[in-house]
Amino acid sequence: MEYTIRIGGQAGQGLVVVGSSLAKYFSRKGFQVFTHKDYMSRVRGGHNFYQIRLADHPISSSRDRVDILIAFDQETIERHRQYLSESGIIVYDSEESKKEFTGAEFVNIPAASIVEEMEVHKVMANSVIMGGVLALLGFNLKIYGEVIGDIIHKSDEVIETNIRAAQKGFDHVKENFSDRSSHELPDLEKKDQMFINGNQAIGLGALVSGCKFYAAYPMTPSTGIMNYLGSKAKKHRIVVEQAEDEISAINMTLGASFGGVRAMTGSSGGGFALMNEGLSLAAMTEIPVVIAEVQRPGPATGLPTRTEQGDLNYVLYAGHGEFPRAVFTPGTPEQAFHLTNKAFHLAEKYQIPVIIQSDQYLADSEWTFAKFDTDRLLWQDFRLRGDKLAETDNYRRHAYTENGITPLAIPGESKNLVVVDSDEHDEDGHIIEDAETRNKMVRKRLFLKLPQLQKEIEPPALYGAENPENILVCFGSCLGVVKEAMENLAADHSLAMLHFSEVFPFPLTDKFDYVELLTSARQAICIENNATGQFARLLRSETSFKCQVNINKYDGRPFTLDSLTGEINEYL
Amino acid sequence: MSTYEDYKGQEPAWCPGCGNFSILKTLKNALVDLDIEPHQFTIVSGIGQGAKLPHYTKCNTFNGLHGRTLPVATGLKLVNSDMLVFAIGGDGDCYGEGGNHLIHAIRRNANVTLFVHNNQIYALTKGQASPTTEKDTVTKTQPFGDLSSQFNPLALAISQNCGFVARAFAGGPELPFLQEIMKEAINHKGFALVDILQNCITFNKVNTFHWYKERVYRLEDDYDPTDRVEAFKRSLEWGDNIPTGIFYRNDRAPFEKSFPIILEEPLMRQRFSMSETLDEMSEFY
Repeated sequence: MEYTIRIGGQAGQGLVVVGSSLAKYFSRKGFQVFTHKDYMSRVRGGHNFYQIRLADHPISSSRDRVDILIAFDQETIERHRQYLSESGIIVYDSEESKKEFTGAEFVNIPAASIVEEMEVHKVMANSVIMGGVLALLGFNLKIYGEVIGDIIHKSDEVIETNIRAAQKGFDHVKENFSDRSSHELPDLEKKDQMFINGNQAIGLGALVSGCKFYAAYPMTPSTGIMNYLGSKAKKHRIVVEQAEDEISAINMTLGASFGGVRAMTGSSGGGFALMNEGLSLAAMTEIPVVIAEVQRPGPATGLPTRTEQGDLNYVLYAGHGEFPRAVFTPGTPEQAFHLTNKAFHLAEKYQIPVIIQSDQYLADSEWTFAKFDTDRLLWQDFRLRGDKLAETDNYRRHAYTENGITPLAIPGESKNLVVVDSDEHDEDGHIIEDAETRNKMVRKRLFLKLPQLQKEIEPPALYGAENPENILVCFGSCLGVVKEAMENLAADHSLAMLHFSEVFPFPLTDKFDYVELLTSARQAICIENNATGQFARLLRSETSFKCQVNINKYDGRPFTLDSLTGEINEYL
Repeated sequence: MSTYEDYKGQEPAWCPGCGNFSILKTLKNALVDLDIEPHQFTIVSGIGQGAKLPHYTKCNTFNGLHGRTLPVATGLKLVNSDMLVFAIGGDGDCYGEGGNHLIHAIRRNANVTLFVHNNQIYALTKGQASPTTEKDTVTKTQPFGDLSSQFNPLALAISQNCGFVARAFAGGPELPFLQEIMKEAINHKGFALVDILQNCITFNKVNTFHWYKERVYRLEDDYDPTDRVEAFKRSLEWGDNIPTGIFYRNDRAPFEKSFPIILEEPLMRQRFSMSETLDEMSEFY
């Protein structure tokens, strides 16, 4: 069993409240849920939609066809009617759309007049609609109140009114569309599911990793990370500061990290561009920093609210000079959570910048998960502080060591001085220009650290057949949709997929010889949400393996299951 | 007790006769007077001749990027409110490349003391106009003369209600006065801007030591530095007579004192326990 619900209308009509309430409701009922948002760069008006897919089996992508279209305006009907499945339903309010539709697919719920009769605020119309939709799907309203309460954070009285409104919508459908409303669905066993999106997962990952400082400048689609950490700032004692620009954001973050706390910044491509000099500064001063780069299509302002994987090359090579870094490209919110944790761990362990690259699709898509495995979380305080610092004599910030890593002292907590410089420097941190010290410092910063860092990187994950003829290759947010497409096609083809979530340093083959696997296959198809196949090129430059086929999408929209399945099938 | 010798640093790479020597010596004297030990403060500096200063004394040092001293200083102050944080840079660094950060540092009012080595010229890059270069000055990169008007840092700061605004001249007889201003600025709780006029013997042939010496005078003994309108008026004086002293001060709350979570203990000293954060996962059910 599975359904896709698309909720369309103008910005400001409450699509997200309706969408996220329904999605959370389904998740609480034990169903698997996947949502994604398609919105325009405006606060009011325009056309936006929020899509929910729910199923009783694992899902990780959006579909093209729609089972229930909830239309907040006539434009939604006109735009999306073509995607309706054979037995699909269009839920609308003829008063709002100023037009009555007669087709069998139409379910008219007069939400506006129902709330008028109830003499309650017109925003309650959303609850009327939700009640009607739940009736159509065969759900009941038992947990509706608690779900809506978690979403809107209003008084008991307001929530009570919402429940009454939902009941009206529910009854309206039961009375007038008894033929369209399904039999009651049982609750599924899998309760206790997490329901979380990519931005929240990065924020949560930072929180549990001990992030104490986050400075950023608001930029879609990365702002959700800052919003999340901001909401936890008081309780968990995090300084969240909105900087005057991204240059300031990364420099503040470095100042905070120098001062002795775990610190992070985040932005989208344009803001990350402003951070580049600071990224290079982090490397030269060996100050740990974690940066989230949440992509949107470029160049320049591009499509501000849409998605693309077009900044891979950029984060790999950003920053002047040569220095080590790690780049992670999570494919799910769960991976985003764990990789953010790993980012903080590695950043502090090796005193390097670590970048978590996401995109609008991952940032805004909500997934259901069993509880994240917190036993896997990494935590070690690598700072030189307390008694150990007090006992240290003649501390030298960049002292040469066997592994290139110098203990990271907290300034001000002992008589030891901590001196860092953006110029090339000696072991004490003071400016030098001589060739010998330069060579030694490059060896320490880069050549000694890089091989150790490389060993920390996990190989790609293999899904599907073990010795496949065809291999689908992808990185980052394409994981979910490629995996489902593979599963769709696996019955008729020898097929597997490789997903890379840790892309730099590029994974070694000692734990898993994925290059051998790729070479043995008949063909590899690299699937990327960008125009030029940046990952395929990275793979080739690192391993000499060239994927035979590239599937690219660069219209600012994510891959959807049905069309991607069809496209892959053409090559099989 | 700290002594002058405690602040002996690397050998300066400045031109002989540079005004930076006087600023360095005066800062060390101010630190001795205030009994501040080297580990108790951090100098965040940018890029420029003046920005090399922390290497020539002894202190915690973050010699970062051109123009970015104030964001680094702000981040550091927020996580370690016990640390004395000074920012040091030149007129290009603080008023040119870092101009935007100056505006927002004034707004935030973190307890950071900014010392600007203002020699009205770019020295490290060999003689181009800076924001404080006098209009129409011809340089290699301003062949028609500097066509932009001269930046007035004090007027900007006072107009934005900056916590502490002062100017001094780093020249012989004025050094004790600079020392007193530095001490007042360090003791001020909030953001302090000290614009220090200094000569550049190599590249600024107009605003020489003698040029300044003939023009600077001290604000009167009965001058009231809490009168913002009067302070603004005096900040506009420039030319034959250049006032020095503390132009303006107020008692705005320092930025870091407005974060309830760091009032009791500096952030970097607060213990983190992962287990206390794991409950937050329940929100996502």
